[in-house]
Amino acid sequence: MRGVQFLEPLFEFSGACAGCGETPYLKLLSQLFGDRAQIANATGCSSIYGGNLPVTPWTKNQEGRGPAWSNSLFEDNAEFGLGFRLAADKHLELAKTLAQGLRDKLGAALVDEILSAPQVQESEIRAQRARVAELIRRLEALAEDPMAKDLLSVVDHLVRRSIWIVGGDGWAYDIGYGGLDHVLASARDVNVLVLDTEVYSNTGGQASKATPLGAIAKFAAAGKRVARKDLALQAIAYGNIYVAQVAMGANLQQTLLAFREAEAYSGPSIILAYCHCIAHGIDMRLGLHQQDLAVACGYWPLFRYNPAMRAIGENPFRLDSLRPTIRFRDYAYNELRYKALSQLRPHEAEELLTMAQAGVDEKYRTYEEMAGWAPSRFHPAPGAA
Amino acid sequence: MDLTTAYLGFRLKNPLIASASPLTLDLDNIRRLEDFGAAAVVLPSIFEEQLEAEAIEIERLTTAPSESFAEALSYFPAAIGNWSEPRRYLDIIRRAREAVAIPVIASLNGISPAGWRDYARMVEQAGASAIELNAYFIPSDLRLSGSQVEDAYLDTLKAVKAAVSIPVALKLSPYFSALGHLIRALDAAGADGFTLFNRFYQPDIDLVQLRLQRDISLSDPAEIRLPLLWIGVLAGNVHAALAASTGVDSADEVVKFLLVGADAVMTTSSLLRHGIEHMRTLVAGLERWLEARNIESLDRIRGKMRRGAMPDPTAFDRANYINILSSSDLHRSPDLDR
Repeated sequence: MRGVQFLEPLFEFSGACAGCGETPYLKLLSQLFGDRAQIANATGCSSIYGGNLPVTPWTKNQEGRGPAWSNSLFEDNAEFGLGFRLAADKHLELAKTLAQGLRDKLGAALVDEILSAPQVQESEIRAQRARVAELIRRLEALAEDPMAKDLLSVVDHLVRRSIWIVGGDGWAYDIGYGGLDHVLASARDVNVLVLDTEVYSNTGGQASKATPLGAIAKFAAAGKRVARKDLALQAIAYGNIYVAQVAMGANLQQTLLAFREAEAYSGPSIILAYCHCIAHGIDMRLGLHQQDLAVACGYWPLFRYNPAMRAIGENPFRLDSLRPTIRFRDYAYNELRYKALSQLRPHEAEELLTMAQAGVDEKYRTYEEMAGWAPSRFHPAPGAA
Repeated sequence: MDLTTAYLGFRLKNPLIASASPLTLDLDNIRRLEDFGAAAVVLPSIFEEQLEAEAIEIERLTTAPSESFAEALSYFPAAIGNWSEPRRYLDIIRRAREAVAIPVIASLNGISPAGWRDYARMVEQAGASAIELNAYFIPSDLRLSGSQVEDAYLDTLKAVKAAVSIPVALKLSPYFSALGHLIRALDAAGADGFTLFNRFYQPDIDLVQLRLQRDISLSDPAEIRLPLLWIGVLAGNVHAALAASTGVDSADEVVKFLLVGADAVMTTSSLLRHGIEHMRTLVAGLERWLEARNIESLDRIRGKMRRGAMPDPTAFDRANYINILSSSDLHRSPDLDR
């Protein structure tokens, strides 16, 4: 993780709240993939601090490369991002066809290399960029050739794009959920990052289906009495989706691995990132510590479900956090959203806390059990063992 | 056996009161104390600065984010504004009053006249039977004179008395140059009772970590002598009721305090040490002591050994000290022989 800090962030000076729990994930995304990322951003905090036009925190590096970012609507962001994928794939297909057609004029060796080069590692991407730069130089020499002109218009797609669909829990769990589910089930190579604050932060802390049992929020002033949706398990159920649950404050390395694996995975991937928020009622200076407690109590287990592992006969589900070392109460009652209920309605708070603890215990047991399954216990995925 | 006792205008079934401690923060404990014979309970002190700090923190967490982001004005349900630590304390008073028949006395510790007054009003409205002002103040500001400190006590009492109509007692420390004079002034200003004494928890030093150690030590019977002395001196000389509050561990201490004129006897340390059911032991012990002497009413012994009732009042004073020092028993002490 320390090494990542030497990578140039292409997300800077956002208008987010001081101490925001979301922005570190976006900064990491921009450091790792920013120079070739296309980001579809759902409406929410991240679309406001991410696109508070006429300024934007998304920027470019010295080579002029940076994320292409756009925000469509709240309810169609996953589809919007899928559109990026389809367009990129179509452009790539066209570029490949044209390159094949011009193979002799451009140099067979160069074209063959470009069309077959692996593009997973950053070093491979850079090598491909150098090849494409050479290709462009040669194409410019063929400027009068209509095919060369066409190829020049799409040639950049020969460098693999990184498509990201970003949004909060209000989008992913609620308003954009239908579309998200549809896109995840499409088997297309998209990466979803859910910045999970567990409430509609942008509009002032309304409860979403990610809001945990026992926490108060607007529209759940007496404490939410329904457990939060387990989006991760739903996605894992498909079998072919890369799913990770991360909390940067608890395990930086696991977060980094999840981002890298998700991006490298050639199918759909989703990362659920715990984001502390002003709507939790915490001292924001201690946000990362609170993330650590969320993991330590078992409320937010860290894991990665990587379908690619099945190709080598391995269990795709890796539980990355340890068994709970503290009680849920020790984490929750640091936060006003839980603590307030214990003051306003102590009996209900106690009842909900007991239920929440039981839920946390059971959820951890479930994940722990899954981590011990044989690979065949998971739903078959194409190309997997 | 008539153990009934008049205290702060209440007719108590006996003189034993559970004094302010974390024990009385719990409703079940309060019920059990009543069951085991406590005639009244004092709730733990509500500290003004704690309330203020809590209120400020809640205010900061709820309103600081407000209007800080372009899209939302607030982040919490409006109901959260109803939450405050005083409210919780007031709820305990209300629920305790509903749960038990014995008087429930609220204990206040303020740092500002407005704080004392406002919280006193709140606890009265919540249904407290009486208020005990826990005047826990250490005049560590060396510019403060004794009269300034005493005036502050008087001002506080007057402010609270003016604000509420329920009885108001003061829990005092013994550290005044003329405690009797101050108590008479407070008595004249309308105090309904005095609880003697407040124990200041004094710091120790942890020599390994080199930091102050703030542990709490429970009182023991050896400490009853100072309140015994002062209750003996004050009994019969003030209108207000007197409650003894240090060093009670067995019925012996209870009887001693009653003999010097205490109207009521409070204990926390013995309950923390032996459990809440120890209250029953204290009441039974008091009854046994009286029965053994064929005394049917507590009033027959109360104050019989106060300073004003002694054939030789100087027994409480300096002359007695001289007698002790010159007594042969003391001279035979191995410590002094060395």
